[in-house]
Amino acid sequence: MNNRSQLGWTIAAVTAAVLLALLWAFPLLWAASTALRPEHETVSSVFHWLPQTWTLDAFRTTLSAGNMPRWLFNSALVSLLVTLVTMALSLCAAYAFSQLRFRGRGLLFGLAMLAFLLPFEALLVPLFRTMHQLGLINSYAGLVLPQVVSPVVIYVFKQFFDAIPADFREAAVMDGANPLRILWSVYLPISGNIVWAMAIVTFIGAWNNFLWPFIIVTSNEMMTIPLGLTQTYDAFGVRYAQLMAAALLGALPVALAYIAFQRRVTQGFLAASGLKG
Amino acid sequence: MEMPVTATATVRPQAMREGLPAALLLAPFALVFLLFFLAPAAQTFYLSLTESSLTRTSAFVGLANYATLVQDPSFWASLGTTFYFALLTVVPLTALGLVMALLVHRFVRVQGWLQGAFFLPYVLPISVMTLIADWMLQPSSGVINHLVGGQRAWLSDVHWALPVVAIGTVWWTVGFNMLMLLAGLRNIPAELYEAAALDGARGFTLFRAITWPALKPVVGTALLLQLIASLKVFGQTYILTSGGPYNTSRVTLHYMYETAFTQSDAGYAAAVAMAFMLVVIALSLLARAVAKRAA
Repeated sequence: MNNRSQLGWTIAAVTAAVLLALLWAFPLLWAASTALRPEHETVSSVFHWLPQTWTLDAFRTTLSAGNMPRWLFNSALVSLLVTLVTMALSLCAAYAFSQLRFRGRGLLFGLAMLAFLLPFEALLVPLFRTMHQLGLINSYAGLVLPQVVSPVVIYVFKQFFDAIPADFREAAVMDGANPLRILWSVYLPISGNIVWAMAIVTFIGAWNNFLWPFIIVTSNEMMTIPLGLTQTYDAFGVRYAQLMAAALLGALPVALAYIAFQRRVTQGFLAASGLKG
Repeated sequence: MEMPVTATATVRPQAMREGLPAALLLAPFALVFLLFFLAPAAQTFYLSLTESSLTRTSAFVGLANYATLVQDPSFWASLGTTFYFALLTVVPLTALGLVMALLVHRFVRVQGWLQGAFFLPYVLPISVMTLIADWMLQPSSGVINHLVGGQRAWLSDVHWALPVVAIGTVWWTVGFNMLMLLAGLRNIPAELYEAAALDGARGFTLFRAITWPALKPVVGTALLLQLIASLKVFGQTYILTSGGPYNTSRVTLHYMYETAFTQSDAGYAAAVAMAFMLVVIALSLLARAVAKRAA
């Protein structure tokens, strides 16, 4: 009896796993199946699950017509800059918060952590006005700067530094090394994993950011991928093979980053959510 | 008399010695934080007390914007839509995340594949989801209508627009909840299961006796984090339905965006932002209190 009900559970679990996995893979597979057809097949009155003629035309057109290459370049540049600057700022700040004693430390840290509570979305209007005053509307600097304020990354690094035994630092302090040097040659080398994890997560977040580019970008040439993809009807018309090719091309860099660094990415997302990785 | 003097003498120099390097290390972050976070936060509040266009501040009007806000049916409708979206997403996203986490946890040999399939959509840009959803839901040649029959225009249907956006959102973001709950599952000590198994517990009994009690706090946290995330909905509805039909899918952030950027009424938009912020902060604090009590 017991064994039989256990077998029932196993069958149910296997079925659920297979069905859910297929259901979750389906939209991307369907996008691929659409992108690999000639355009006329997408509006054909006869329904086919697979292309009747396999072709890369949609990808070719997508990459040559419209601003797709430019959007990919913008996204890559902005995401890289956001990642590098965020890592540099956050490592320095986290080291100061974690290892140095100075007046106002608690107050400053508390203030930085306030950003956990305030939703970025509520700051859009004044941020836009600030950018307008600085003359940074529709510029790379305007795209990058607000995205480098990432208290959660500081929090994660600070927690990591807090857990490092004090003798590590004391030896270097005795040698008379300055804090920046200690951070660089003592702390950074042993923080490789967490820095990588947060860097990848920051990169993916910047690559996918829709809201801020949506507010700050005013010309087609300055768009990033998430924003540009919403303009594809204008660029390609209602051509579904090309639209799906564009979607897949926009997905590819982050999908590859995830597949290549699956462990680090999941560790990073968990750390960023405030839970342990 | 000697003691306090010695104590301050050892603390003070250290604070002074490290004060300068600390200031240098913190300066870059402090600058961007001030310019692009603290100042805008304060400015949101100030703007909400003024009559302002998108780029110019005109007159201080006190609480007039708030007086308008509480009587603005469009604002309340947008808040209602936002909570309806939360209703459609919070529990399904958490429950499905739990099912997926349990499956990944159980089928160890294929866990990389399974986890990959469930989590991959989460790392994709929002517009990849919306493009594919739009194509699948296309009235005449979309795959959904092929499967269910008919030619329904899902995204311009008063009853269906928001639910289908919610379904797209579930596909897109459930991976994160799965990940959180999976981490929770892995934190349950194996000895607990071994002990229960020795007592003859199997299958669902095991889940009810060990897994569920241990996982409950994580589920609670997931629910509340999801609630906050769902309240911040904007991109999905904006891209897929433009808030339509008849504004039935226009959420609060969309209303704020329109007020500020289409109607150039930044003062009133700031008041909407303040109200929105208040709701989110209240729920975040609640989330934290609940998580602390559960832990």
